[in-house]
Amino acid sequence: MTTTSPIITVKNLNSHYGERQILKNVNFCVQQGEIRVIMGGSGSGKSTLLNHLLALLVPTSGSINIDDVDVVNADAKTLSNLRQKMGVAFQGGALFSSMTVGENIKLPLKHHTQLDENTIDIMARLKLELMNLAGFEDLMPAELSGGMLKRAGLARAVIMDPKLLFFDEPSAGLDPVTSVELDELILKLRDAMNMTIVVVTHELESAFKIADKITVLFDGEIALTGTVDEIKNSDDIRIQNLINRRSRNEKINAEQYIKRLTTGQG
Amino acid sequence: MFNSLTLTIESIGSVVVRRIESAGRLGTFLAQIVSRLWGHKFPLGETIKQLHFVGARTVPLILISGLFTGMVIALQFYDTLIRFGSVELLGAAVAMSLIRELGPVMAALMVIARVGSATCAEIGIMRNEQQFDALDCMAIDSYHYIMLPRLIAALIAVPLLTALFDVFGIGGGYIVGVLIHGVSEGAYLTGMADTIVWNDVLMGLIKSTLFGGVILWISLAKGFYLHIEQKNAGAEGVSQATTNAVVLSAVLMLFVDYIVSSLMI
Repeated sequence: MTTTSPIITVKNLNSHYGERQILKNVNFCVQQGEIRVIMGGSGSGKSTLLNHLLALLVPTSGSINIDDVDVVNADAKTLSNLRQKMGVAFQGGALFSSMTVGENIKLPLKHHTQLDENTIDIMARLKLELMNLAGFEDLMPAELSGGMLKRAGLARAVIMDPKLLFFDEPSAGLDPVTSVELDELILKLRDAMNMTIVVVTHELESAFKIADKITVLFDGEIALTGTVDEIKNSDDIRIQNLINRRSRNEKINAEQYIKRLTTGQG
Repeated sequence: MFNSLTLTIESIGSVVVRRIESAGRLGTFLAQIVSRLWGHKFPLGETIKQLHFVGARTVPLILISGLFTGMVIALQFYDTLIRFGSVELLGAAVAMSLIRELGPVMAALMVIARVGSATCAEIGIMRNEQQFDALDCMAIDSYHYIMLPRLIAALIAVPLLTALFDVFGIGGGYIVGVLIHGVSEGAYLTGMADTIVWNDVLMGLIKSTLFGGVILWISLAKGFYLHIEQKNAGAEGVSQATTNAVVLSAVLMLFVDYIVSSLMI
């Protein structure tokens, strides 16, 4: 990490889907050049938190500040300028199925720069080389495997050399070798380009390998933010259950159980 | 008794509110697309690509359906006119009904079947696969980049497709009337030329342009709002949204047809 100024500051963030509260008073900061992993089980609110950081959702209350921009209240132009400094790699790649891999990767450059076609081609090939996808630019996304789709999505996310990279579930659905390759790629990107990287994952091995700090979410609340060692040594039983892959062993209330089975309520 | 009455009123109210919300969304969606005509670079490349999809690739379907529609209406008119001894009016009747009414409506139905349904499904799948989120995150305006070219392509292509439909329909009428039933070629062509006035052509042109706009507007919106309007946003949601888009654009197209006809006749 080169500096200590926070590039992301989230304060008192609350979020609801209808009546249901998803995020409860979430607070955290991410320093520039840091790899922050947001970890938690299914339904913990980590994807919702990511969507808030990307300004795809509007929170019920609270503030999100990214690179000195108030994301919640920013106008369209300010948000657009901020987004040009951010890259997002989606879980399934989110590549446009009507375009080739190459066209997908070049899209941000074509939209936001005045670079000539040759330069854009060279930049796209550079990123494809970085992702071990050289020679795949003329294929359609449907012709790629899951891991290749993720790497192509990552190539598109970093084509503009963003200051900040968000990566949703990099290891989900991948074999261990591809998963390790992606982790190494994330570390390489941070080291080579001093990128701040926010990774949302529930893969422990990957999180422990790449994270400078980990924020653990449970039921929409932050259980702990700390280094890998702090997380591993935490005495919070929920965190220990998560990292040791133990079931929650919730005690069953017999009366409620029978009610659930017979009436569907309770 | 009181409870069931309350529940009935509640469910009716909820349906009405949902319909009003949906209409509001459709209106806002169209306004957002139209507003991208100003202050943005015109998306020429994408529009040409969409013209190929909406226009060029629909031509074979339009030619075949136009030919058979012309043949059928010529047959029907021939059967009627021959009873009154006015068979020389066949060309005029075929051309008039095609240019003013059947051409725009039938061509639009073909466009709904081929383009509207495919567009709604494509946009719905894009929504499911987070492609609109990806566009937002890349600071690319989806109304400008995805929606506007498709709408403009429809406004240009559907009147041209309708003109082709009319020409092939008149050709189909010629085959049935002149070649099969022996109506005089001169009567068929002259009757048509003498009867059709500029206002008839204009009516067909206005209708087909509006139909093109309505079809793509509804199809794009139903796909785009899939995540809001469908309980199940998966494959079933895409299928339901596509069905809704086809039904709504067909009904709205016929409503617009009546309004334009009543204003121009």
